[in-house]
Amino acid sequence: MTMPSPLPSVSQSPIGALAASKPLVEVDNLKVHFPVRKGVLFQRTVAHVKAVDGVSFSIRRGETLGLVGESGCGKTTIGRTILKLTEPSGGAIHFDGADIWDLGAVDTAAFRRRVQAVFQDPYSSLNPRMMVGDIVGEPLLVHGVNPIAADRAAAVRELLEVVGLSGAMAGRYPHEMSGGQRQRVGIARALALKPEFIVCDEAVSALDVSIQAQIIKLLEDLRDEYGLTYLFIGHDLSVVRHLCHRVAVMYLGKLVEISDSDTLFENPQHPYTKALLSAVPIPDPDVERTRPQQVITGEVPSPIDPPKGCVFHTRCPIAVDGCRQETPRLQQIEDEHWVACSEIHHEAQGTI
Amino acid sequence: MALLEVKGLGLEFSSPGGTVQAVNKISYDVEPGEIVAVVGESGSGKTAAALSILGLVPQPPGKIVAGEISFDGQNLLDLSEDEMRRIRGRRIAMVFQEPMTSLNPLLTIGRQLTEAMRLHLGLGKAAANDRAVELMNMVGISDPQRRLGQYPHHFSGGMRQRVMIAMVLSCEPELIIADEPTTALDVTIQAQILSLMQDLTEKLGVAMVIITHNLGVVARYADRVNVMYAGRIVEHGTAVELYRNPAHPYTIGLLNSVPRLDRPRGSPLEPIPGNPPDLTALGRGCAFMPRCRFATPACGEATPDLQDVGGSHVAACWELEKIRSGKAA
Repeated sequence: MTMPSPLPSVSQSPIGALAASKPLVEVDNLKVHFPVRKGVLFQRTVAHVKAVDGVSFSIRRGETLGLVGESGCGKTTIGRTILKLTEPSGGAIHFDGADIWDLGAVDTAAFRRRVQAVFQDPYSSLNPRMMVGDIVGEPLLVHGVNPIAADRAAAVRELLEVVGLSGAMAGRYPHEMSGGQRQRVGIARALALKPEFIVCDEAVSALDVSIQAQIIKLLEDLRDEYGLTYLFIGHDLSVVRHLCHRVAVMYLGKLVEISDSDTLFENPQHPYTKALLSAVPIPDPDVERTRPQQVITGEVPSPIDPPKGCVFHTRCPIAVDGCRQETPRLQQIEDEHWVACSEIHHEAQGTI
Repeated sequence: MALLEVKGLGLEFSSPGGTVQAVNKISYDVEPGEIVAVVGESGSGKTAAALSILGLVPQPPGKIVAGEISFDGQNLLDLSEDEMRRIRGRRIAMVFQEPMTSLNPLLTIGRQLTEAMRLHLGLGKAAANDRAVELMNMVGISDPQRRLGQYPHHFSGGMRQRVMIAMVLSCEPELIIADEPTTALDVTIQAQILSLMQDLTEKLGVAMVIITHNLGVVARYADRVNVMYAGRIVEHGTAVELYRNPAHPYTIGLLNSVPRLDRPRGSPLEPIPGNPPDLTALGRGCAFMPRCRFATPACGEATPDLQDVGGSHVAACWELEKIRSGKAA
């Protein structure tokens, strides 16, 4: 593999070293509420969709944080807010110590070089009228990194090789490529400006199984090679577990559990996390047919009018009266393990 | 006797780029009350094969070039469109992938749910309505009388898929073909829908063909599995045989390329290299050869047929012996 030269090469850091390092991204009590408008001429705001409602977490340098949850839980909105694409209604996001919603024009441009995104759908995230070389080279042009066309073409060739495509593909159009190849183009574009942090929003969800594994491996290799930090948004828990150091679970705009991967998957505490894990079928009939299944009933309530108290109480198998009144806060139950469930806390105290 | 027998089915599509061999001499059967899975990636021909059973492949550009589809002793390919219409929805029903697009947005749920019953079973308006209420209860939709008067946009994705299942069950079919029935749904809803379908097949004795790319779903629900690659069935067996002892390099590759929740974190993934082949330009050899780590030059000479690997388990590969001894070593 050829590397574009000046990206810093960092050896893979063990989790222990990560724990000590300073957060690269800090999300503090983030709220994103979208207005619901009604009326033809005079649009009144009649309600708010609470897409993200008071979420806090941080991502350390070199770490991959997984963000999981079902459609509509707010995970993509969080990704977009960190990318400075959606404005928060409350709370703050710091990147490398600076509030990203408080940057001037020059600092914003620098921020946009350091933070990139890889999107879910490799069919709609590439402009069908642009050649692959122009797609990957565009960030270099916009940010004035390689203003000379010949230099840019050389950089693009190198980037394509880094993601496992041949440099000759620069002359192709997206429709001439398969889904996996297009996703590699999307990744090459994200790498062009040598970012430190990449938001991967369902980056492998649209791909076929055998191709998905190729892209997961590529993301891992790039992370180790360049010391990248990822926010990996996904709904496939087996993929998230494979790739992430820590995982945050969201439900209806709130964080319900966050922990290092091993603990979360071996010892999930929140009833929603448990239900999610039990719903993922394991590709092995011997395991699958003997495993107890916990199918939770009902569907996710509307984020316009979320349930009072704990947002999960309408579907929770262990909910008690108190859950309908009081909103549980995240509580630390182990070193790296935080859970927002009042019943768990009592249970833990009772048994230990 | 098997309820459904697909024998040597071949389906081609003509396209400006050449003739696409979407389905290439596939054979499988489904017994009454059984769940059979068809697994494969996009373009492997799994959906095209299912659509041919129902006579839903547009012809042209599609053309069934070989084979027979025998349902309850009758070759479906010989039937006229009128005769086919009496079977479709009545004796064989289909659940589609997209609950968002397979309901008509302009008609009430009740109207859509009762249509098939009035048409196929000749029920009157009131009788069909009563039956619809019963079906809505069966698939777990509360307050059915009110919900029947609503439109699809009032329903969430999971609820629409329940409506689709109610619709499919309405005429008590003998066979349900489910094409990626849960792919568009969230995992907790997926688990609900699949358990519902499994309960109903058990209770009503309906056979089901489930088409999916999700190996976990197959392991949980299917009795027998067909693995498709480039239009052919490359491996077939019971779910237990196939997962315990995958024989075809493609199946082995698929199983090694999915991360599993029950394995230690950090177990390495082994992706299958390369991309699926161009179906307009298949050579005479094995279609998987360019991506296969066991391939020998001989694999490029001719396409392997399905061979016994023990029990009801068959696989189409020239190097089965070598792979088996390699795994044992």
